[in-house]
Amino acid sequence: MSAEAEAETGGLVFHPMDQFVVQPLFGDGPVMWYTPTNVTLWMALTVLSIVLLLVVGTRRRAIVPTRTQSVGEMAYGFVYKMVEDVAGKDGLRYFPYIMTLFMFIVFANFLGLLPMSFTTTSHIAVTAVLAIAVFLTVTILGFVKHGFGFLNIFWISQAPLVLRPILALIEIISYFVRPVSHSIRLAGNMMAGHAVIKVFAGFAAILAISPFSILAITAIYALETLVSFIQAYVFAILTCVYLKDALHPHH
Amino acid sequence: MATEVEETAGHAAESAGHAAEAVGMPQLDFSTFSNQIFWLVLTLLAIYFILSRIALPRIASVLAERQGTITNDIAAAEELKLKAVEAEDAYNKALAEARAEANRIIAETKAEIQVDLDKAIAKADAEIGVKTAEAEKAISAIRESAADNVKEVAKEAAKEIVAVLGGSADARSITSAVTARLKGASR
Repeated sequence: MSAEAEAETGGLVFHPMDQFVVQPLFGDGPVMWYTPTNVTLWMALTVLSIVLLLVVGTRRRAIVPTRTQSVGEMAYGFVYKMVEDVAGKDGLRYFPYIMTLFMFIVFANFLGLLPMSFTTTSHIAVTAVLAIAVFLTVTILGFVKHGFGFLNIFWISQAPLVLRPILALIEIISYFVRPVSHSIRLAGNMMAGHAVIKVFAGFAAILAISPFSILAITAIYALETLVSFIQAYVFAILTCVYLKDALHPHH
Repeated sequence: MATEVEETAGHAAESAGHAAEAVGMPQLDFSTFSNQIFWLVLTLLAIYFILSRIALPRIASVLAERQGTITNDIAAAEELKLKAVEAEDAYNKALAEARAEANRIIAETKAEIQVDLDKAIAKADAEIGVKTAEAEKAISAIRESAADNVKEVAKEAAKEIVAVLGGSADARSITSAVTARLKGASR
């Protein structure tokens, strides 16, 4: 892809996908499952950021919070309220789980906005694991809580009897598509935005276009900042919605 | 499996030549999946344990504590407000009492003054009475003496007139005549 772009524009160098390459941190060996890679580095930075915000930031337990503690409390309150509103009071048991997902995604997204960084959430492998974890958790939880009554979510009792089998089929398909859409939405958003920024950055090499290019990068960067948060929010709130289905399968 | 290894090897070789050149979509490079998944699971577990063991309980306790402090402060403020209202009531009551006391004192003083005044007026009246009686006595004495004088003068004058007219009259007849005339005049 990059080679084609190079050929067409003559002299312009586009490597929009290079930023997503997983490579070892030390040396050039093959990427084994245990190899410390840039994935390891940026995930470690994500953990570090979360620790800084939620652990170090709140270490004084101040009644009148400092700025960092205030932000940490806002994050806590934001996710807590989301879980409570969407999944209900009994969903609050799973609040740490959703908080983990939200904090990981939001920090991975924002760290990915740093120049020269690596966006872990732009990889389908990462988001698929997150989505499948949610899917499995919710499905197992549903069956554990309600046994086969959980299957009621596929059988819409308000609909006319004739339509119910058709609706059930649609519901089952949509249920199994959930992890796919859940994961590809996040990875696709992150990848697309970052790639577009790189493409515009490539145009900056042409003097006549470079002011426009820089403006466009700025604009897209602003959009990406928004998208980074919104995608984390969407991921978390969808998890809450699925959790609600598992806890209350009767519509 | 073999292709995967080959792919990895090719990728490694390429990244050795160029810093890191993407071949197609790196997202679909399955050779890196196990690596990413391994580190992701480790990361998620780390975040989960940090959050559920340290961060979330701490933030929850801070928020609860703050809520408690705010509630206490509001209760204390409520109490102080109540006290202020009580103090105002007490003040108003004291003020009313003081006013009533002042009124009472004023009335008492007024009554006392009235008594004194009455006494003084009575005394003055009595004195005035005495003085009036004395004066009346003096006036009547003066009037009496004036009447006597008039009699004397009338006698003298009558004697003189009688003498001038060429008559002579003894003192007794003149006196009786004058007295009779005076009685008639005074009547």
